[in-house]
Amino acid sequence: MSQARLQLPPQVAHGQVVRARLLIEHPMDTGYLQDLAGKPVPRNVIADLTCEYGGRQVFRVEPSSGISGNPFFEFFFRAGETGELRVSWVDERGAKGELRQLLRVQPPSSRPPA
Amino acid sequence: MRRLLAGALLLALGLSWGLAAAQQRHISLEQVRSGLSYAGGDVRALQADEFANPAQLWLQRGEQRWSEPVGRAGKSCMDCHGAVKDSMRRVAARLPALDRQSGQLFILEDRIRQCRQRHQQGPELAFESDDLLSLSLYVSQASAGVPLQPAADGPALPHVLAGERLFMQRRGQLNLACTHCHDQNFGRRFYTDPLSQGQPNGYPVYRLEWQKVGSLERRLRSCFVGVRAEPLPWGSTQMRQLALYLGWRGQGLPVEVPAVRK
Amino acid sequence: MFSGTLLSLPEMMDPIVQGRSLREGAITMDMPVLADNGLLVPLRVIVESPMSEQDHVTHLYLLSQRNPVTRMAVFHLGPWSGRAEVSTRLRLAGSQKVVALARLSDGSFRWRQADVIVTESACVDGS
Repeated sequence: MSQARLQLPPQVAHGQVVRARLLIEHPMDTGYLQDLAGKPVPRNVIADLTCEYGGRQVFRVEPSSGISGNPFFEFFFRAGETGELRVSWVDERGAKGELRQLLRVQPPSSRPPA
Repeated sequence: MRRLLAGALLLALGLSWGLAAAQQRHISLEQVRSGLSYAGGDVRALQADEFANPAQLWLQRGEQRWSEPVGRAGKSCMDCHGAVKDSMRRVAARLPALDRQSGQLFILEDRIRQCRQRHQQGPELAFESDDLLSLSLYVSQASAGVPLQPAADGPALPHVLAGERLFMQRRGQLNLACTHCHDQNFGRRFYTDPLSQGQPNGYPVYRLEWQKVGSLERRLRSCFVGVRAEPLPWGSTQMRQLALYLGWRGQGLPVEVPAVRK
Repeated sequence: MFSGTLLSLPEMMDPIVQGRSLREGAITMDMPVLADNGLLVPLRVIVESPMSEQDHVTHLYLLSQRNPVTRMAVFHLGPWSGRAEVSTRLRLAGSQKVVALARLSDGSFRWRQADVIVTESACVDGS
């Protein structure tokens, strides 16, 4: 099972631009290297990664072998309501990964404008 | 009378050579420096990033494995050892050490493998497997900041001396010994690479070259390959003796986990 | 494997831009001038954009001048992003230019380049 981590602020305000940091365990094998026994390691990289939140896609990246192993991405999105972020990815062999995490959003203030 | 004196002199010399060889520090205790101080800004930033340090992925796995029941006994590490921070507080700083039962020199990975086999009766943790590396890293983290101090006297002494001989021995097509780079030329550049002292306090380490976490043994093998020498076999006593010597040589350096190196 | 040949900037960008409006600037690239190791080179890209419905970045391409694969990553952004900023870690096969190419919602492009020196190539056999 590949490991993954997602960092979100503990709590954000409605409408705030949120910073997400994502780290995923994946070798992102380029296909140019050999293993310790001298056998070529075939190419296999994460080809597509998306992040969904509030019923829509809020981030997507199509990486390639030019992204370092155990890929790291930092991205931004607007906070709506408290809800789950769902990050999912697939590599060139078709192996899928997923990570879910709750984003806590303070509801918009109900005070009328001054 | 003269023979007695000569004998006594020889004995004294022999003893003092035995002690003196281990006491001979090419790098004084005040001069020892972690590999981190020779690393570039990016590597230092990666190590300092508590969230996105790539080794965190292995620490995460280590934490999971620690509390996972395994084997016929259906026990997890946690069942016997409790919280790693309490039970493993200084373990990594005191290894390699002699196993009292077998008399063998054990590195941390050996100790974990033995626990898995003997007490959990579970599937073998292969050397350099992600599971073993993760557990080793997780246990080492309990010693973060603790100064390295493996036992180097008494029954461990012959192993330290054997490790020292390995460190001083020329090898490979480049005909270099560890000491040539890491005692005599640390701080200077090998082509564009700054040479470190070759200290062991950051292991298991996330090495950019490997794009994953790896053991000290793996790193030492890289060095052997680097001077075009046949590496010592995996799991060999000699590798452990070298690791023990390195631990004595780097005495006082704080255990650094999770470390990142080039 | 074509690493070693340095592409020209038009060679890198034309296949994506395909003749549409292309202007330099309005992009910040935060990357070391000298990389510790080609296997992991941190990069932050910020495109100046209001990220509104009417005016936002739709795609951000990271292009390599020397890697065997030119297109290192493509980011898909939109007004939901709030900011046109991403960070990642690149693999670079030797010293080269890295180009950040942004496609805007009106179909035009902005670009920026940064030079990086990599003393150890990423694409070698390291055991």
